[in-house]
Amino acid sequence: MTTSAAPAADTEALLDVCKRIRRHIVEMTHAAQSGHPGGSLSATEIFAALYFGGVVRHDPADPLWERRDRVILSKGHATPVVYATLAEAGYFSTELIPSFRSLGTELQGHVVRNKPPGVEMSGGALGMGLSFAVGVALGHHLNGFPADEGQIFVVVGDGELNEGQNWEAIMSASHFGLHRITAVLDRNHFQNDGPGDEIMRIDPVGDKWTAFGWGVQHVDGHDVEAVRDALLIARARTDAPQVVICETVKGRGVSFMAENPAGWHGKGPSDEQLAQALEEIEAGLS
Amino acid sequence: MTTTATPAPAATREAYGPALVKLAEAGHDIVALDADLSASTGGNKLAASFPDRWFTVGAAEANMISIAAGLASTGKTVYAASFAVFMPGHCFDQIRVQIAQQRMNVKLIASHGGISVGEDGASAQAIEDLALMTSLPGMNVVVPCDSVEADAMICRAAEDDEPWYIRLGRPKLPVVYTDGASFQLGKAHQLRDGSDVTLIACGLMVGPTLRAADALAQDGIGARVLNMATIKPLDAPEVIRAAEQTGAIVCAEEHNVIGGLGSAVARTLALHCPVPMEQVGINDTFGQSGPWQELLDEYGLTAESVVKAAKRAIARK
Repeated sequence: MTTSAAPAADTEALLDVCKRIRRHIVEMTHAAQSGHPGGSLSATEIFAALYFGGVVRHDPADPLWERRDRVILSKGHATPVVYATLAEAGYFSTELIPSFRSLGTELQGHVVRNKPPGVEMSGGALGMGLSFAVGVALGHHLNGFPADEGQIFVVVGDGELNEGQNWEAIMSASHFGLHRITAVLDRNHFQNDGPGDEIMRIDPVGDKWTAFGWGVQHVDGHDVEAVRDALLIARARTDAPQVVICETVKGRGVSFMAENPAGWHGKGPSDEQLAQALEEIEAGLS
Repeated sequence: MTTTATPAPAATREAYGPALVKLAEAGHDIVALDADLSASTGGNKLAASFPDRWFTVGAAEANMISIAAGLASTGKTVYAASFAVFMPGHCFDQIRVQIAQQRMNVKLIASHGGISVGEDGASAQAIEDLALMTSLPGMNVVVPCDSVEADAMICRAAEDDEPWYIRLGRPKLPVVYTDGASFQLGKAHQLRDGSDVTLIACGLMVGPTLRAADALAQDGIGARVLNMATIKPLDAPEVIRAAEQTGAIVCAEEHNVIGGLGSAVARTLALHCPVPMEQVGINDTFGQSGPWQELLDEYGLTAESVVKAAKRAIARK
């Protein structure tokens, strides 16, 4: 039975797993010729820090271990980064990755609970993850878990914060004093229809969270060690729910996606684009 | 779970709070949620006896449903209560994705269903909730005809880990099951036998339908009466048997004629045993303010409507 986080990877290993995750993201969206690469590439360091930075206590051999930490993808379309991370973490074979979005696969277009094991919540309709986390945190409290067990990390998108249910959940998490919850905001500034500031402004988003009674940290969301350090701080806090606001770039790591983020919200690259993307990822360009 | 007959008229919603307390006392690992309507749903009765097992989320039904799903994922049997206009009205997406698709152990207690809410008017009168809920794969949808049956349903729901939608009502109704309920999920319960027509009712319309059967008997017409407390999964074999044996069907419900009990029965008949069928229900219109019994008269939810429908159905044989 797992009782603690997997050993944290060193800097080089963290950077290397980020590259592997990015490679999987572009390969699976290329294979499917659909999916959501932009908002997956922006969240790559977040997932690498969670699973390989010694933050999340989990056991790929026992995915339903009762006292595990839970990682919940609220922006449920960013499945490529989730599947890439879970495969790298050992939840299933990387050979399954090309089946993404094909008939009969467990790797559905949007997250489905326990398919594959390690996926904690079904999603795809935005705005439900934080509320679900409130329920999990209440359950862990009722079940008598010690304060440092059963933490819940919820990855939310900035466009997703348009959905009012998030603010119901944010209000209730502080009202109930649910310190186990850490929201991780992928602040990539783009949503489906374009720049977030033009579609629906959410700033000052940190101040809003503060006003709702949460602890707030701001980090460079592509500095994997900074993300890890902020998550570890949030994990240790027991006074209030926490949010780590990660400044990110939609499409990070693939130049033509990062330069045209609105164009790469929901489609897969061509053969030529895949080749270029893999080259850039390998070179560590951004 | 044993039940106690209650001779005095009672609202089906009145069964909820005492049933929760009974379940908690019996050791069920339940948690109940409310959304600022706990005095009306009766959830506050659990709060008084087992304060650790009850949470109110304020007036935020979407949040409540997703919280319920999260709680269920930690092993709890969760009851979530609100008015039927707000749940599913405010939170259909959350029920669809987080309760139905995830097949969570959550029992949705929808109080104040139907037009009998009365004076609060159209926005408060759920006439479409059964249509929404029966459209969800895997959702059990039930409507009790009295407080005894309501108690039996609420307690029975705790025995499995499936999602349920239990629609309760506001007005006090005479008790049908004075000797205790016979509720079985997915099974019709025959209240009267007859060979000329079958009257299939649920909820508040069971009482008027029994009176209609009495009136028909005085005209020499033998009416079978089925209490179809489970809308989904529908007891199709019993519907088919009724069609074969009596040759005419009437459905009576406090819901839009589109998408509720009548629609489910009509589909079964069309697929398996087409016979003349008539419906008594809300004829695809919204309600209005008024005393609940006057509203039932205004919208034709009466014994007289059932009698007329039965005679129409028989004439079409």
